[in-house]
Amino acid sequence: MTRNIIRVTMAVALLAGVALAEQVLINCGGATFPYPMYSKWFDTYHKKFPTLAFNYASIGSSGGIKQVTEGTVDFGASDGPMSDDQMKQFREKRGMNVLHFPTVLGADVPTYNIPGVKEQLNFTGEALVGIYFGKITKWNDPELTKANPAVKLPANNIVVVHRSEGSGTTYVWVDYLAKISPEWKQKVGVAGSVNWPVGLGGKGNEGVAGQIQQTPNSIGYVELIYAVQNKMSYGKVKNSSGVFVNADLASVTAAAAKASATMPDDFRVSITNADGKDVYPISSFTWLLIPEKIADPTKKKAITDFLKWMLTDGQSLTEALDYAKLPKPVIDKEMKAIAKIQ
Amino acid sequence: MAASTTPAIKGRPLGRAQSFQQRLRAGDDLAYIVTLAAAAAVLAVTALLVYELYVHSALSRHKFGWSFLVTQTWDPVAEQFGALPFIYGTVVTSVLALLIGIPLGVGAAIFLAELAPPGISSGLTFLIELLAAVPSVIFGLLGVFVLIPILHKLEDPIRSVLGWTPLFQGPFYGVSMLSAGVVLSLMIIPFIISISREVILAVPSDQREAALALGATRWESTWDVVVPYAYKGITGSIFLSLARALGETMAVTMVIGNDPKIVTSLFAPGYSIAAIIANEFAEAPGEMYTSALIELGLVLFALTIVINGAARLLVAGTSAKEGT
Amino acid sequence: MAGRAMSFHVIRRKTVNAVMLSLTGLCTFIAAGTLLYILGYLFVHGGKNLSWDFFTKLPAPVGETGGGMANAILGSAKLLLLATAIGVPIGFLGGVYLAEFGGNTFAYVVRYVTDLLNGVPSIVIGIFAYTLIVLPQKHFSTMAGGFALSIMMIPIAIRSSEEFLRAVPLALREGAMALGASKSKAIWTVVIPAAKNGIMTGIMLNLARVAGETAPLIFTSLGNRFWSPGWEQPTASLPVMIYTYALGPYEDWHQQAWAAGFVLLTLVLAVNICARLILSRQAHVPR
Repeated sequence: MTRNIIRVTMAVALLAGVALAEQVLINCGGATFPYPMYSKWFDTYHKKFPTLAFNYASIGSSGGIKQVTEGTVDFGASDGPMSDDQMKQFREKRGMNVLHFPTVLGADVPTYNIPGVKEQLNFTGEALVGIYFGKITKWNDPELTKANPAVKLPANNIVVVHRSEGSGTTYVWVDYLAKISPEWKQKVGVAGSVNWPVGLGGKGNEGVAGQIQQTPNSIGYVELIYAVQNKMSYGKVKNSSGVFVNADLASVTAAAAKASATMPDDFRVSITNADGKDVYPISSFTWLLIPEKIADPTKKKAITDFLKWMLTDGQSLTEALDYAKLPKPVIDKEMKAIAKIQ
Repeated sequence: MAASTTPAIKGRPLGRAQSFQQRLRAGDDLAYIVTLAAAAAVLAVTALLVYELYVHSALSRHKFGWSFLVTQTWDPVAEQFGALPFIYGTVVTSVLALLIGIPLGVGAAIFLAELAPPGISSGLTFLIELLAAVPSVIFGLLGVFVLIPILHKLEDPIRSVLGWTPLFQGPFYGVSMLSAGVVLSLMIIPFIISISREVILAVPSDQREAALALGATRWESTWDVVVPYAYKGITGSIFLSLARALGETMAVTMVIGNDPKIVTSLFAPGYSIAAIIANEFAEAPGEMYTSALIELGLVLFALTIVINGAARLLVAGTSAKEGT
Repeated sequence: MAGRAMSFHVIRRKTVNAVMLSLTGLCTFIAAGTLLYILGYLFVHGGKNLSWDFFTKLPAPVGETGGGMANAILGSAKLLLLATAIGVPIGFLGGVYLAEFGGNTFAYVVRYVTDLLNGVPSIVIGIFAYTLIVLPQKHFSTMAGGFALSIMMIPIAIRSSEEFLRAVPLALREGAMALGASKSKAIWTVVIPAAKNGIMTGIMLNLARVAGETAPLIFTSLGNRFWSPGWEQPTASLPVMIYTYALGPYEDWHQQAWAAGFVLLTLVLAVNICARLILSRQAHVPR
């Protein structure tokens, strides 16, 4: 009996080591915001090129930044562009620069779970700030009722949900809140991970969505696709022109219109609270963080090929998952920038 | 065990017996060295572990010093880190687990050791000991999907009975310190029962019989004579369970709410040391942040050593079961 | 006491007796009942969601239904294999040392440190493996995860090996030596085979315990949506998948988490039951 056990375990060990030696495994990780998109892309790409496997770990944007800086992943992903400080740390640690490559446009939506309320709610920026500060504590607060006169909002306590770990989705959200409220900017700040005044922590967009589903009277921020895929209610947000806009392909694309014309070379921009009456105010690009130099030539080719595919064929898959395509000027600029990877 | 070579007598080759002995001793030496190396490896690994924790938390330790242990803020933006909310959460959930687990566990142990017929006793104990083997993440799974909905239903009864205390104030979101404490108690009850039962069974029957002969009721002989005799072992089991509860990660992080605040109410969400490390370690950007998390790990390590040390002193020699 | 009515004091004591004894029964009922209920729930719910796909397919893209955990099952197997390969020899040989050559201060220190290591929370061991292996190597790997798990196996392996070796009667050892065997030969050919059953079951129980560990894997072997080749790449594992899927919003994920929980728990319990049966049978064999 023992001899057979030994035989089996050796077989497993051999299988594990040998059978997949052909495959090129590229480790990447970071933002959960675009995770549904990336997992679809990588799955499709793997079917196209079975020897290439892009293993994406959805650990949050801060995780992506950290791991790519440490060098424990081949490239990272984040919805909050790396700050100058973070880029400096990368340079110091890895001896080269890091390049940002936008992939898609997405939106943070305020998702809620209020028993008895099926309608789509309107949220002003001030309402969201107040809720996340803990100053607005009940669903029937005047700030909310005046934006939603037709809805019967209950007098229940609002349960605030935010991210428990460092996140680009958070970055986009607080970036928006800071633009609405100087007090938020000063007291809490803008970063992937902040000192939240109130709320429960969920891990990843998935965790926040899961938490909201399980908790009545809760509100949180997730990327649009998570709310859509799980049939969760999400609200319209008032943009800088005073219009309550629903997050969808058109409104998110509109948010990027102005910025794409003036896109800087390193592709780092914030498009929250952009001007325009059709604009959805909590939109954002999301980026892949790719080191300037990739030592392994197989990996380098795989990554640059993927980028080219992503900017062409890949873009045709985005709308099915409610992510907006990149604007053409941005795509063109990126194609040129791929050459920077050595 | 030094291999002393037998001096060869000049001119006369060593007899066969001598060289055989030498070979034997060499085998003995080899066995000794190899096993000694293995034992020493354990020491080396543990020392290395402490070293790594210490070194990698240096940034945070130097910046915050001892105040780390009593600071409430956890602000990644301002890079101000304090361990107090997590120590609080860890201690509160563990204490709650003990408060629920000890009466139930010791009570059940008494029943199984003293009162139950032997067949039922060993059968039930077998089942309960199996439960000690259930992985933490499965308790977490059950916590999220079974326990929390049950607690939601129990919220109103609890509030009506205990709502006047500061422990049960404020809204209840499901994920909370209460949920974490309850899940932890479920995890430690099998240990308490198993070890306490063994210790009680080990009490010599003449103690019981003497008490009964003096006219004590069954309960009095158990509670006033047997249990005090087994006291050390039972307390040891409690300490071991406490140590386990303090370090428990998965089940806690799935149901505690992940909010680093210090609130008296058990209905409120909280955070434990193990939970924040699990959530944030892989994504903590910045050296100071990572260093602070490792320092938290060091704090937890120190806590569990102290508790385990106390447990060892109490359980030493009383039971045949290995720790945990 | 014939003829005297029972004093109030005695009645009180008898009542207390009845009440407290019933309470202990109640405690047992609550404790055992709750635990058995949750186990039953897991088996029913998990069993419902098992499918052939679960065992053979890779995870589907996020949001799409279907897919399975084939890579996680293999990943867990590899991690456990590595953990056993590192942890068991060290633990077993260390146990031999303590049982056969122990008794001095060094052995006392080793025992103390072993207990210490046993009590270290698994998440802290994860940090250790991260700083020791992941950081210098600059990538997450099965190796790092297996190493973390092996550290968790070592203390139990040492203690259980030592116990079972010690349990071998002195007469056997002395008999071997009387026949001319050296100490090491006696250990190798007589003592260890005599303790074989106990040691094997000790390893099995150890494995079962470590199979369910999640915390040390979260930042060592990380996770993988594809197959993980060799030992140097991140890998999916059952416990981590359960954790990830349970917290997500997708109903499909929840179902898969239940199924995975079922598989994991069944394996763990099966090993535990086997081990205990072997041990109890051995205890009854007259020596």
